[in-house]
Amino acid sequence: MFTLRNFSGFFSDTLRLVTKGGRLYYAWVGFLLLLIAIGAGAYIGQLKDGLIVTKMRDQVSWGFYIGNFTFLVGVAAAAIMLVIPAYIYDWEPIKEITILGEMLAISALVMCLGFVMVDIGRPDRFWHIIPLVGRLNWPQSMLAWDVIVLNLYLLLNWFVVTYLLFCAYTERHYVKKLVLPLVLLSIPMAVSIHTVTAYLYNGLAARPFWNSAILAPRFLASAFCSGPAILLILLQVLRKTTRLSIKDEAIFKVAELMAYTMGFNLFLTAAEAFKELYSGTEHMVYFQYLLFGLKGHTTLVPYAWASILCGLAAFILFLVPRTRTNWVTLNIGCVLIYASVYIEKGMGLIIPGLTPDVLGDIYVYRPSFTEIAVAAGIFAIGFLVFTLMLKAAVPMMLGEFTITKGRTSAEAPPQQI
Amino acid sequence: MTDHKPECPIGGCEPPASVGGSRREFLGAATAAMAAALTGCGTLSKEEFLQHNFKELSKEEVLSVIDRLEKEYKAKYGKEVKVANTPAIPGVIFGYALDLSRCIGCRRCVHACVKENNQSREPEVQWIRVLQMDKEEGVNLQHADQYYNPEEVPQEGHFYMPVQCQQCKKPPCTKVCPVGATWREKDGIVVVDYNWCIGCRYCMAACPYGARHFNWGEPHLPADQVNPNTHYLGNRPRPKGVVEKCTFCIQRTRNGQYPACVEICPTGSRKFGNLLDKDSEIRYVLENKRVFKFKEDLNTQPNFFYFYGV
Repeated sequence: MFTLRNFSGFFSDTLRLVTKGGRLYYAWVGFLLLLIAIGAGAYIGQLKDGLIVTKMRDQVSWGFYIGNFTFLVGVAAAAIMLVIPAYIYDWEPIKEITILGEMLAISALVMCLGFVMVDIGRPDRFWHIIPLVGRLNWPQSMLAWDVIVLNLYLLLNWFVVTYLLFCAYTERHYVKKLVLPLVLLSIPMAVSIHTVTAYLYNGLAARPFWNSAILAPRFLASAFCSGPAILLILLQVLRKTTRLSIKDEAIFKVAELMAYTMGFNLFLTAAEAFKELYSGTEHMVYFQYLLFGLKGHTTLVPYAWASILCGLAAFILFLVPRTRTNWVTLNIGCVLIYASVYIEKGMGLIIPGLTPDVLGDIYVYRPSFTEIAVAAGIFAIGFLVFTLMLKAAVPMMLGEFTITKGRTSAEAPPQQI
Repeated sequence: MTDHKPECPIGGCEPPASVGGSRREFLGAATAAMAAALTGCGTLSKEEFLQHNFKELSKEEVLSVIDRLEKEYKAKYGKEVKVANTPAIPGVIFGYALDLSRCIGCRRCVHACVKENNQSREPEVQWIRVLQMDKEEGVNLQHADQYYNPEEVPQEGHFYMPVQCQQCKKPPCTKVCPVGATWREKDGIVVVDYNWCIGCRYCMAACPYGARHFNWGEPHLPADQVNPNTHYLGNRPRPKGVVEKCTFCIQRTRNGQYPACVEICPTGSRKFGNLLDKDSEIRYVLENKRVFKFKEDLNTQPNFFYFYGV
């Protein structure tokens, strides 16, 4: 009973926390809401006229939406980058920032589901894919698997975050017996969401660019570069703007782990490129389209090389201890690797997979204004979810805002015994 | 029954269901309201919204769905459109063979197909793509041209390879569909339930033959061009946002007729028949000509064969 009453207090206090903030906070939230409104407007147009308002066509039947989806699954999976050392090696400095990784995963998953939703031609039939209610083609379809694992992972992270914050709010210590197995479960779950997403492409023999055994390992390696890159920057912002203390040691440790995954990611990419280019079979055309252009079509070429060069530069910055522990070069490295993976796992994965198409036709795809506006809206939703969660979570994590402390409400909260 | 029919700004929106009782109507409208908002259509009937996968419908439900569709088409096109539900004929598996040495690339098949199968005319959806190949390259997709447009065909130094659904025995497209909206029928025809497809286009990524096509916009089919003899799993008019494909003209072939593309072909390049019938023309081709399957290495096992007849 206490728990129930406390939970409703937790809920209303969380609402109060996220609705009160400084001028900068309101400006940021307002900006995100504006982007969401623009995205919603564009999406309404898409609903009315159909996906014809995108630049996708029969030849390139997936584009910007699915590219972003794939990239963000990686971001969501990368939350475990922080969980693994924290819980397996019991490494204290990272432990306190794990919850941030999980919140990042939740936001990324919200965006993932958003991108899938805007990509389907009949969103009114969304219920067809809900297990038991609709008719999920499981276990045959990899997309059916993806629906299941993404939602379970979302649920898992949401539960852990809510539980940990609720404990902090009620000034109780969390039950380790409950949290530890769940957090440990989230490790294979994170691997599975990205593996299943890779298999979604991997299993298509019609698309040689995707039909490669190292696609799933490449997905994981690149995710473990880009996900933590976002977190590293975020952690620095947080310790500047809040009283959250994050030790340099923790940040440098994550950066060191990233250096290894970046090296591995580059190695896997090189292995793939070598196999295709050296053996030089008909399957080479997709790599050719990506790296050098095909029959005069070079749309992707500058992006592909930018991705490779950014990835290499970031690797060097993270590998050398001196640049890894220098804030300026570390942050440059974060931006570079983020950009590199965003291209590689977004458009750089989807478009050459579909170009040339299965009958050799080259359709040059570039996202339309609608696609960009809708995508911006979805990113804004993700950022908004993350911002609101942070706004409430940080004071709770710091113990500044609990059931007994920091509440503006005059009424006395029920005491927890 | 109500006469109040909201105007739909876009063509192709189904009219509301004609169920009696204002209360039921209200509930139906409420159920479908969000869905309607999601499709961008002014209306979406409760029956359509709640319709289950075709394979799970009882006989009565199928009949009521067909009745509803026929009414919708009548309201939309102003003429009777028959939606058949003819099942596969026992002892029949359809096979197709195409003679590459005869095809002249005239694309009459492409247009006969569009006419027969009620494809969208604007933008025009074509289920058959004819590839112009270089003779010296053989079947090489990197040298294929779908957009050839000379005064006369065939062109010197070229041969022509029409590609449509290969009606695979192991179709990669049905395997990947997350909701089981597409499947292989007993007579070997791969079909789509247009009322169950969610439009994710995973099947399009999976198909090695480019045989699946998406209704990117509202399909525009002028009323005077509607072929009124349709099949639920075949050429009935499609809604926006779903995938469609060649069905070997299921509405014709299950009634003993040839597919439209076979009938129109001026050179007799297209052969069609029952693979289980020893005396069929398709069996004659298989036994007396040397055939190959397109992209045989992918093990999709097409029931569509190519051969060099001359």
